[in-house]
Amino acid sequence: MASQTSTPLEYSTKQNEMNILGFWIFLGAEIVLFSTLFATYFVLEQSYAGGPTQSDLFILKDVLIETFLLLTSSFTMGLAIHQMRGNNKNAMLFWTVATLLLGLGFLYYEINEFNHYIHEGLTLQTSAFGSAFLTLLGTHGVHVALGIGWVIALIIQVVRRGITAVTARKFFIVSLYWHFLDVVWIFIFTFVYLKGLM
Amino acid sequence: MKKHFPMNHVIGFLLSIALTLFALFIAFETDFTTNVKLWIIGAFAIFQALVQLIMFMHMTEGKAKVANIINISYSVFLAVVIVAGSIWILTTGHAAH
Repeated sequence: MASQTSTPLEYSTKQNEMNILGFWIFLGAEIVLFSTLFATYFVLEQSYAGGPTQSDLFILKDVLIETFLLLTSSFTMGLAIHQMRGNNKNAMLFWTVATLLLGLGFLYYEINEFNHYIHEGLTLQTSAFGSAFLTLLGTHGVHVALGIGWVIALIIQVVRRGITAVTARKFFIVSLYWHFLDVVWIFIFTFVYLKGLM
Repeated sequence: MKKHFPMNHVIGFLLSIALTLFALFIAFETDFTTNVKLWIIGAFAIFQALVQLIMFMHMTEGKAKVANIINISYSVFLAVVIVAGSIWILTTGHAAH
């Protein structure tokens, strides 16, 4: 906050500015993508076809663990960007690795969750609710998995090349992606889990 | 480090935790009807999303901030039309057929 006199490195070139704007436009498309999956879920959420329902399946404790893992990882990713702007490479990498570990924790719990659902008798084929729910959750999970691979690749690049205009821009973009995944999760948490358990 | 304490991020994080816990409280510890509960926790979710967009994603900074705000607002508008429109079209009036 105190050092806003100069433009942050990630905005320093025209190319960088355009890439960041382009990524925001991609996120706009992602919002619409997830909205179609949410719409499908809301329409089909009570079509159980004799299969398990939300209250048979959801375990609040596990959902809360996932929520706080992802929320904290969004915070640590913000701290990594803060350190990047302060040009502290080691602190930046520390918070990035923390983000990565929290993200992996989230993914571990989510895979367990899917396993639990299969044992409870809910698969993509069970019911319209099952298809809609697993597609929504799975699409989010795939995004997180992709984000983890992306962050690992960028850690390697920052270690080898340091904080440059190019790596700063790439890192800022992956941070936007990561925060966006938390934004989507807020709505899954509220309108799928809380609503399903109420 | 002290001089450049990331206050925005800490506030954003604490707000997000508080909103999540409030939503939990409203959902399981109050006697509102389900409909009222959904409106309240929905408002919390939207507020938390804004916290992420502005405090963590820095949506309102950089030269393209106006373009960012228009783009995201338009996407949110589309999302609302798709979600509310689908629910409306697919759950209304089928009893008559």
